[in-house]
Amino acid sequence: MRRLLLRSFVQAPLTEPAPPADDRALAELAARVNQVSRRRLGRTLAIREVDAGSCNGCELEIHALGNVLYDLERFGLKFVASPRHADVLLVTGPVTVNMREALERTYQATPDPKWVIAVGDCARNGGVFAESPACVGGVSAVLPVDLHVPGCPPSPIVLLGGLLALLEDSSTGTPRGQGGREKEGGA
Amino acid sequence: MAWARSIVSRDGWLEAAERLRSGEWSLLGLWGERDVARMALIEVKTGECRVLGIVCEASHFPSIGRLHPPAIRLERAMHDLLGLEPDGSPDTRPWLRHDGAYRFLPVEGESLHQIPVGPVHAGIIEPGHFRFTANGETVVRLEERLGYVHKGIGALMTGAPIERAATLAARVSGDSTVAFSLAFARAVEDALGLEVPPRGVWLRALAAELERLANHFGDIGAICNDAAFGIMHAHCGLLRERVLRTAAASFGHRLMMDRVIPGGMQCELTDEGARQVLALVALARRQFPDLVEVYENTASLKDRTVGTGILSPALAQQFAAGGYVGRASGRNFDARRTPGYAPYDALEFDVPVVQAGDVNARVWIRIREVEQSLGLIEEIVNRLPAGSIRAPLPLPRAAQGAREGVALVEGFRGDILASIRIGVEGRVEQCHLRDPSWFQWPLLEAAIEGNIVADFPLCNKSFNCSYAGHDL
Repeated sequence: MRRLLLRSFVQAPLTEPAPPADDRALAELAARVNQVSRRRLGRTLAIREVDAGSCNGCELEIHALGNVLYDLERFGLKFVASPRHADVLLVTGPVTVNMREALERTYQATPDPKWVIAVGDCARNGGVFAESPACVGGVSAVLPVDLHVPGCPPSPIVLLGGLLALLEDSSTGTPRGQGGREKEGGA
Repeated sequence: MAWARSIVSRDGWLEAAERLRSGEWSLLGLWGERDVARMALIEVKTGECRVLGIVCEASHFPSIGRLHPPAIRLERAMHDLLGLEPDGSPDTRPWLRHDGAYRFLPVEGESLHQIPVGPVHAGIIEPGHFRFTANGETVVRLEERLGYVHKGIGALMTGAPIERAATLAARVSGDSTVAFSLAFARAVEDALGLEVPPRGVWLRALAAELERLANHFGDIGAICNDAAFGIMHAHCGLLRERVLRTAAASFGHRLMMDRVIPGGMQCELTDEGARQVLALVALARRQFPDLVEVYENTASLKDRTVGTGILSPALAQQFAAGGYVGRASGRNFDARRTPGYAPYDALEFDVPVVQAGDVNARVWIRIREVEQSLGLIEEIVNRLPAGSIRAPLPLPRAAQGAREGVALVEGFRGDILASIRIGVEGRVEQCHLRDPSWFQWPLLEAAIEGNIVADFPLCNKSFNCSYAGHDL
């Protein structure tokens, strides 16, 4: 183990630079986020992930955000264990009938102000499962959705772009469309 | 090896149940189709596989679960999905249907308390409910309640064109997308009598081994992380990410979703892709041994994993537990060997088996399988046959009638069964995909008994059952 630690100590950090905040996502958000919330949140967001019927592909990529290459926490973004500690619900899956109530209750347990991000193509409108009677069909059928991150599943870079858009918009009121760039260095 | 198929009488069905009970045969799957109940079986001694069916009279059939407990949850699911009634089943509660109140099994005794957990868990994991009954810190009983991510995939596949059903099969369980696509594709090819060109066969195996590698790296790290040993998690997470990036570079998708299709492969491996795959193998061979050494020589970590969550070989055998769960408890089974499929018959690899059955054993099986997969990947890339990568699906011919096919594929988690019936118009009439988790989830309940509540995450991660694959 000493060798492993020593090597980590001398080698350059593996963490990669951040992608620019997703412009489209910024535009989508601007309408939803008000100044009051921005001031209250500062530059940090606590995220609660909710799998509402995903195939677990999205979970794998959300997990990857925590690895040393993406290192989500350097941006002040953090996954929390309880919705009561969360600012953001990150919801995946086509929302199965069996998860509907749990999702609603998780939302109710999240304090205001709060945002909902629907992650993946299923979460947008049910995706390939849209016609199933066992699925409600998209997160927006159950909760007000502030932002969609498309993909099947979205790669960590795409996820990060979406999350950074939320951070830019919710914390500083950075003018739309030119978010991430200037934040990159300090991040 | 071809699968024998037959429709049997009530006596034949019950005789099979008796052979399951005695351990002569193992259960590979049990599912319903409108008015027929079917089960897939493997003879333990010979590895001979067969599919038996029984015509249900007024939706009733004799319960297998009455004699062979591993069938109980499958029968509950059959009831929920198709209304089939297993006569004499010891457990008639709903399983995938969640309407109405659910009755958990009673637990009696002094000083017991219950801890309900889920469906929304603390981590980034799939939803399911765990009902712990504990005496102080010690778990007396765990009862699982699953079905939260039930999406009705079976129903969606019914009547769908093969391409659409393949897309659904790739999304049964995202972490096993290659394995599920492969199981589905091989069942379709079995039904249609379709021969996949050798290059396609080998590329599929390459994708499957990359998937196994990525998942095992992720699991080894995550298990250590649940023992609060973050450094393994960080390093294994990095290796996993390297595999996913290599997959994206060589197959165009990080999880290689929709790359394996009926008839062959959807995409070619370029020379540059092959070079990157070999570079990945070299990187993993350089870095992984150090991690294994850290795992092996950290007493505080071994203290958590050794002797924790022991699954007895008898239970693993009875439930025909696949993958690392079975092989860590002495069950020497790997679908790549038995019944076996190309190209593994032409490749050299070991199937590691140990007897201890604890968390440590499940970690070690993964470590050994990583080493085997690295060897396989290298061999596959070096010996990759030339030629085309897929054969076109034949046009349906009405004269042939409906055709049936079945396949067993070794995913990273264990053996995946796919059974399909294709109608005269080339549409899927019925498709059943059985995740290995069906036979592993019940064993987690057994493995946690007598352990402390705080060791549950560790045990759970060492099983790493799929919720999505199970709930369908």
